[in-house]
Amino acid sequence: MSEILFTIDAKEVKATEGMTVLEAAKSIGVFIPTLCHHEKLEPYGACRICMVEVETGGRTRIVASCLYPVEPNLVVRTRSQTIDKIRRVLIEEMLAHAPDSVQLDELAKEYGADRDRFEKEPSFCIHCGLCVRYCAEIKKKNALGFIDRGARREISFIPKLAAEECWNCKECFELCPTSALQAAYVLAQALSPV
Amino acid sequence: MDKEQIDKIVAKYHGEPSALIQILLDIQSENRWLPGEALQMVAEALDVPLTRIQHIATFYKAFSLVPKGRHEIHICMGTACHVRGASRVLDTVEGHTGIKPGETDLDMKFSLETVNCLGCCALGPVIEIDGKPHGRMAPAKALEVLKNYE
Repeated sequence: MSEILFTIDAKEVKATEGMTVLEAAKSIGVFIPTLCHHEKLEPYGACRICMVEVETGGRTRIVASCLYPVEPNLVVRTRSQTIDKIRRVLIEEMLAHAPDSVQLDELAKEYGADRDRFEKEPSFCIHCGLCVRYCAEIKKKNALGFIDRGARREISFIPKLAAEECWNCKECFELCPTSALQAAYVLAQALSPV
Repeated sequence: MDKEQIDKIVAKYHGEPSALIQILLDIQSENRWLPGEALQMVAEALDVPLTRIQHIATFYKAFSLVPKGRHEIHICMGTACHVRGASRVLDTVEGHTGIKPGETDLDMKFSLETVNCLGCCALGPVIEIDGKPHGRMAPAKALEVLKNYE
């Protein structure tokens, strides 16, 4: 593995090939906010909260740091006016879905997001996919997944599997940045044949 | 839909998980809809998690998870058909069959859907029944056409 040198917020970073910008930032203690990221899971890039500015060859682009692989001589900026605005709007949009999320509330304070900017439509799920991916990748049970698409997309347990597997596991519960997952589980229990 | 039929369809694609959508389409065209048990059998035969099949079956509009009637009526609501009175045709068909778009009648005779363009605007207003287009529709003419289906 070759070493790659670049900078994050004007700090020199040594990273190995194949690492993502987010991992490299973590290794030198630069904080990038995330919602859909989990160390044990494959990067997913759903929440876009980890967006950063990267500069290569004089051109600046905005990328999701959890997916972007490190490159030599990359210049990464984790905070700027553009980035803060992107994060702020994303938080405002997600707050319309999950107004009571503690994680979103903290981010809202940090980025000055207006929690009432968009009309509330509490589905409670922000589609981070943590529960779905944890169940598929770590537990290999696939007890829940996404159904439908676009604005109607939601998480759904398979009632039969939920009845067999979930009661003794519930490891995904604490991953959920909102309370959508538990609500979906209660619903699945009501539908389960047992 | 019994296990034998599903096994036959799965065997046609050599039990290849990548052929999942094609298998679901084949089941759909034989059975007109995808029953939960069929999805369960496909999941076991292909060794694909049921959650993924559920995701795909709810993602594409071509799949139906609720029973469909023997005849599927598609009424075009595209711009050209709309200005030529498609909504009146729709009203008449709704009145005759007693169902609204997205529904199936109790005798399982008709399922009704509205679509946005069938690609033959010159024939508008168009209705399509079991894939066969009927052009230049008017409320009375639509009823005549529906009488031909049992």
